[in-house]
Parts: sequence; C-alpha cells; structure tokens
Amino acid sequence: MKDTEIRGLIADVKEGSLSRRSFIKRMAAVGIAAPIASQILVWNDVAMANATLPYKPTKAGGAGPLKILLWQAPTLLNPHFASGTKDQIASRIFYEPLAGWDKEGNLIPCLAAEVPTKANGGLSADGTTVTWKLKPGVKWHDGKPFTADDVVFTWQYAKDPATAAYTTGSYKDIKVEKVDDLTVKVVFTQPTPFWADPFVATVGQILPKHRFADYVGAKSREAPDNLKPIGTGPYKFTDFKPGDILTGERFADYHIKNQPAFDSIEVKGGGDAVSAARAVLQTGEYDYAWNLQVEEEVLKRMETGGRGKTSAVASGDIEFIILNTTDPNTEVDGERSSVKTKHPTLSDPAVRKAINLLIDRDSIQKFIYGRGGTATASFVNEPKQFKSTKLKYEFSIDKANKILDEAGWKKGSDGVREKDGKKLKYVYQTSINAPRQKTQAIIKQACQKAGIELELKSVTASVFFSSDVANPDTYTKLYCDMEMYTTTQPQPDPERFLNQFTSWEIASKENKWLGRNVSRYSDPEADKAYKAAQGELDPAKRAALLIKVNEIFCEANVILPLLSRTRVAAAANNLMHDHSGWDVDSWNIAAWYRT
Amino acid sequence: MAGSTLASPSVDPVVAAPASAPVSPGRETWRRFRRHKLAMISTFVLAFLVLGVVIGPWLWPIPINDIDFSAQLHGPSWEHPLGTDDLGQDILARMMYGGRISLAVGLAAMIVATIVGVIIGAFAGMSRKYADPALMWVTDLFLSLPQLPLLLLVIYLFREQLKALFGVEGGVFVLIVVVIGGLRWMPVARLVRAQFLSLREKEFVEAARAQGATKLRQMVAHILPNALGPVIVAATIEVSAAIIAESTLSFLGLGFPPDIPTWGRLLFDAKDHLDSAPHWALFPGASIFLTVLSINFIGDGLRDALDPRRVI
Repeated sequence: MKDTEIRGLIADVKEGSLSRRSFIKRMAAVGIAAPIASQILVWNDVAMANATLPYKPTKAGGAGPLKILLWQAPTLLNPHFASGTKDQIASRIFYEPLAGWDKEGNLIPCLAAEVPTKANGGLSADGTTVTWKLKPGVKWHDGKPFTADDVVFTWQYAKDPATAAYTTGSYKDIKVEKVDDLTVKVVFTQPTPFWADPFVATVGQILPKHRFADYVGAKSREAPDNLKPIGTGPYKFTDFKPGDILTGERFADYHIKNQPAFDSIEVKGGGDAVSAARAVLQTGEYDYAWNLQVEEEVLKRMETGGRGKTSAVASGDIEFIILNTTDPNTEVDGERSSVKTKHPTLSDPAVRKAINLLIDRDSIQKFIYGRGGTATASFVNEPKQFKSTKLKYEFSIDKANKILDEAGWKKGSDGVREKDGKKLKYVYQTSINAPRQKTQAIIKQACQKAGIELELKSVTASVFFSSDVANPDTYTKLYCDMEMYTTTQPQPDPERFLNQFTSWEIASKENKWLGRNVSRYSDPEADKAYKAAQGELDPAKRAALLIKVNEIFCEANVILPLLSRTRVAAAANNLMHDHSGWDVDSWNIAAWYRT
Repeated sequence: MAGSTLASPSVDPVVAAPASAPVSPGRETWRRFRRHKLAMISTFVLAFLVLGVVIGPWLWPIPINDIDFSAQLHGPSWEHPLGTDDLGQDILARMMYGGRISLAVGLAAMIVATIVGVIIGAFAGMSRKYADPALMWVTDLFLSLPQLPLLLLVIYLFREQLKALFGVEGGVFVLIVVVIGGLRWMPVARLVRAQFLSLREKEFVEAARAQGATKLRQMVAHILPNALGPVIVAATIEVSAAIIAESTLSFLGLGFPPDIPTWGRLLFDAKDHLDSAPHWALFPGASIFLTVLSINFIGDGLRDALDPRRVI
C-alpha cells in the first residue's frame, strides 16, 4: 500500500465516510497492526479510538471485594523498581500513568486530560516534543492535589542513575518542563517516532512528589512508600505482606465518576499457574487469575466447570531458546559465559543451525500451548509490520543430520556426535513449569535422534527470574548451553524490546547481569541498524531497520524463537475485566465490575 | 530383662533336646519372621517390585522417552499396560526406570543414615567420659539445622563437581544419598545410644568384660546385636523418608533432571491431570505406597523376630 493510498483512507476517516474500525482492518490487511494504524491516525489528527471496557455501574462501590490471584506474588510496590510483571501489576492498582494501552493498542488517557495529537497541539511537527495536558481535580490518596510538579518529579526521580530505577531507560535522555500546573512538556533530544513511552503505561506511573522528594538517588530504596504506596489509583492501600497478600479499599475521591465498582481489593500470591486457574475456573474462590501458562488440555477441562472463562489477547511476548556462544564452563574474571570466551561447539554455526531444525514447533503449539501461542521463527511478531516475513521454521531430523555430517561431527560409540574430542552435549535450562518441561522433552528426543545429547535442567521460577547476583541459576547469568524462557514486549513498538540484541546491553558481571542482552551475542550490523532505527521518523524505513536486527539474530541461530505468546487470563463468569496484551492486567482496573 | 525367660528353642538347654539338631540364630530368626503374616506378604510385594524394576526393562524394552502424540493420556491397554502420559510416553517403562532410582536412593540413603547413626550412637553409648556429651551435642546441632536451606547450599556448592565425577545421574544420586543420609542419622544415633546405655550395664556384658573382652568386642559382639531391633525399625522408616525426600528435591528442581522419571517426578507431572487421567498418578503413587508400607511391615516382622524377649 502506498503512502497516497493511506492518506486517502485517512481523509475518508476524517470525513466520516470510513469508520476507524474499517481503517484499522484495512491496515491490518496490508500488514500494519492496530497499534500502529491507530498511531497513524493520531499523527493525522484523528482522535484515538477506544477499545476499553464499557462501564455500566451507576455508582461507585457496592460490588463487594475483588479477589485477584497472582501466582507469582508481588514483593514491592514501587513501579519504578518493578522489574517483574507481578510487581508492575500490583503497583498499577495504586499508581497511574498519564495514559495506558488498550487491547487494540490505542493510547487511553488516564491522568492526562487527553491524548496529545497534532491537532490539540500536543505533538510538534518535528517529532521532538510532546505536551501533555493533565486532568484537573485529581487527588492523591492523602488528599493532596495532583499537579505537573509530580510529573516533573517522576522524571527527575527515574532519570537519576543513583535511584537505580528499572524504568530509567525511558527517562534518562529526555527533558521534562512544567508549563503550568496542569501542563507538562516532554522534550526529546532527537526526533522520536515512538513518543508514547515516558509517562505511559508500565514505565510511566507517576509518583507523588510530596512523598518521594526526600528519596531521590541513593536513598531511593529506603522510602517507606516503596511498600506503602500513596497514589492516585482507584484503590487505597491497606496492607501488604511481600510475597503473600496485598489488600486495598475503595478510594472515595477517585477521579473517574462512579468508579471503582468494588469496595475492596485483595491480591493474593503463591501457588502455580495450574492451581491459580483452578481457583478461578473450577472452585470459584478467586475472581481473576493472571498469566496462565497451563497446558491447553488442562485449561479446556477446567473451563467445562462453567464457573469462569478464559481470555487470550495478542501480545508481543515470545517464548524462545538462546544458544550460548560463550563458554559457560570457563571462568574469566569471576564470571562464566563471559564474552571473552568461545563455546567449544556451539560457536560452530552448523551446530546451531542443526539444533534449530530439531525443534518441532508445530507439535509444541498443537499439543502443549494451544491458545497460548503460535509457532514462529521470528523474534518480533506483534505489531505485524515488524514481523520478519523472511524467517521460516522447519522441523527435519534428516536435514539436521546432514548438516552435522557435512560439518564433520561424527557419531561416537555412544551415539553422540563429536569432533576433535569435543562432544555435542549440552545443558538445557528453563524454569519449572509443566509446558516448558514438556517442550524440553520434545526437543531432547529430536536432538537424540540427531546425535546431540541434552541434559535437561529446570530451576524454580522465583530463582530463575530473580535478579539475585549471588545465584548462579538466574536466566541472565546463562551458566548453561541452552536456555528457554519468555520475554515480554511491554509496548506496541519493538524498539525498546529489541535492545536485547545490542552489544551495549550484554549482561555481564560488570552490570550485575542486569544487561538486557542475555544471549551475549552481538553483531556490528545489528548495532548499526538499531541505532539508525532510533532516529528514523519514516515508519516504513524504521520497521525495515528493526526487522533487520531481528533477522540478524534469528539467522545466526543464536536466538531460536518458538512461539509468539498470547496472554491468557481467567476470570469469574460475572466479572467484567479489561485485558490488554500491551499493558499490565491491572491497567484499567478501575473499570472492572460485576454483572 | 534380657535372658531371664527361656522363650525360644535357641536358648533352650541343648541337652534337653537331644533329638533335634542345634538351631542356628539365623534360622531361628527366619522361623520367627515367617510367623508374621503381614511381613511375609510384604516381603513378596517388595521382592516383586524390586524384581520388576531390575529385570522389567529387559522384558519391556520400550524407550522411556518415546514421544507419541497419537497416544496422549491413554488409559491402560495391551499396548501400554499402565497407560501413557500427556506426551504419549509409556508409563510402565518410565516407572520401571524411575523405580530403580527411587528404590536405590531409598536403600542407599537408609544404609548411610543407619551406619552413621549406629557408629555415633554406639560410641556415645559406650563412652563414660567426654565423648558422650560431645557426640550428643553434635547430634542436637544436626537436629537443629534447618534442612532445606542446608540442602540448597550443599547442592549449589557441590553439584557441578559431583556431576563431573560421576556423570549427571550418578552425581545427583551420590549427592542426594549423602545429603539425605547425612541429615537423617540423628534419630538412629539417639536410639542406639539409649540402647547401649541400658545394655552396657547388663550381666552378660559384665560377664564378657570380666572375661577380658575389649571395649570394641563388647560393643560389636555383645551389645550391638541386642540393640538392633529398634534400629531396624528406624532404618525402614528412613527408606520411606528418603524416597519422599528425593521427590521433594525433584519438585524443587534440585534433584534429578526433569526428564528422569523417578516416582516422585511422575507424581509431580501427573498432578495437573488427576481428574482426567488418574492412572498416570495412581501407579507411581501406589508403588511408593506399597514400597513404604511393605518395608515398614518387614521392619515390624524383623523387630519381632530379632527381639529375644518376645515369645513367638
């Protein structure tokens, strides 16, 4: 589709002869996903649509308690330290950003009065500034008014490297100015195509200046409000036992009329995905459960109970395998899997290519994940125009055998291939979760047939995904040959997401293994393309650059994508909730109600 | 107490029964053991299970990891006598493979715990000076150690080294046996010490001492055989505790690799499918149950058979 055609269609939408929905459908038909299609409309002064849940109750309160089950329990409530999704969900109940993403990727204002557009003067023509108008009359839970000072403060707080905020990447390169009490201006150093990042969604939750002013920088972790939040959200904090239970009660002065519908909220942690699904779908003890990575078979059976329903929404999350090209068994300067080392066998591209051919993605999707994922060979799958059309997957043990034969890996007496005394024996690690162990078993069997021996290792999820520097089993340490997990794409734009393929993000001892590039692989071409994409305002060119980054890693067979995941949640039959694949589950929790 | 009642043929005066040949202690024990019906049945059950896991894989040569999506969660049939799991893998084959590990872990950990416990208990019980309180302090210290954190620590520290020495399965096996055995000897030690404290003052020990028996000989030849009854019962309990501890470790992801189907692992995998495919959990569960139960009964029977004061 050419520029002019899109412009024509935009004109039709403006005139009213074409509905927003049909516009987005037509865009989808040519491979432009909803979030970007709606951003195109914004750039052209058509107001953002709204795919949020229509709110029916006519008064606030009265619906009793809302009981949510997060089977990975929240441990802290400051959104700027919340690297785990569980903590982001929990803090979003109390804190709010200026705007959030709905399930179609539309930007929905929350603490902002309106979404900035060119028409309302919010977006500058050169793409360097965004002006946010704030909603008047918003109050913090302690009664103080919410103003532009709080927004500016949040920027100062998060950008300070000493604060060590998880969100710092969104704030360190921008400037934020207060225009008046209810207007703030965000200034980017360069034209920024994806402007809806600072103050938006997960990374954008606004902190109250009067509570956090003394805790900027090194003292940030001492703030009492890290565990006892005072925010603007629909529920006021009552009690929190980290790792166990979080309770709150309805905030009477909430800034949206008649919301929230529930009198109190309870967020309970613990258990596993299956028991969480059971508590909602079968026994009905809870109203809502999150992140149900449960085998399709089990989920279907639970649904027949009729007490609850599941909802699956598209997201950019991806389940994938990393093949470690560094040596996990040699220690250099106090760390293993250091970029200074080379893996004895996986550094051979032929071996990596063979392993990629040994993954039966279709069976994994069909028999294990079901609605939970779609088999893919591309790391980025949503929004659709960022998905590589070149990457294809294939399952063929014969081809894998042929490649290994040609590369000189000969089968030994024990059936394991070897060359120069180096055997193709790998440790394959993931977190403990039934679908993942099944996937491991399937891949192990195929590898065995090709003369590659895998040792399966599973680590309990709370250890595997923790950022504990002392623990050798965390996923960022990569002290193994192969590793499998899901990484979440927090926004309907893959730029920030793809920084895990850049050389400056490589996880190492130096950055306490907080670097986003866990695979430790890097390619100057990928770095170059990524940097170019950051400043590219033309959406098509930018997409091409980002696709290139994705392809470099997938074609090197360092990153082996398995499934493009959907987010699956379960809710009681009478609970109306607003589930978005582009924001956390609690992004619009104020609008939840019971029928 | 001991020896005052002439309760069994072996202590009958030999002169009084000239017709029958002298009965050896071993045969006497066996005679008494056979009287315990449940213990006899249990012996057969356990023998069946052990034989099953030892020679079973030769008779049923289906690979344990043969994935067949066309046979997911099938119930028992001629093709798969114990049914299949959700990857279509044969549960009978997996159980026989896993049973070897589970039973071996249980028995080996029991032997380690019992040997350590008996040695420490015996020395503490025989000592009349500082060794007894010192050894009991050590026992109390071990009892007060939080087991799970210690397990985690030991496993993190030594897993890699042992893996390099004994291979993946061997390394974990040695580690689990040593750790479970090393953390469960305390009850045995206390039992043995208590037995020794009372037995060492008995007339037959004094008689032995008067004849010049060394301390070691008193311990090994005279006191220990009389103290064994309770030890055997405690040891049988250790077997079941070790099997269960191994499943706990597998559950935490610290035991054997997830694709090695120990009985505990099979149960863990099956728990999500209890309502639709009960056979998957039932067979390994029943095996653990039967093993533990029969070992306990055998222990019971052995205690009765070895107790010289009991008339059977």
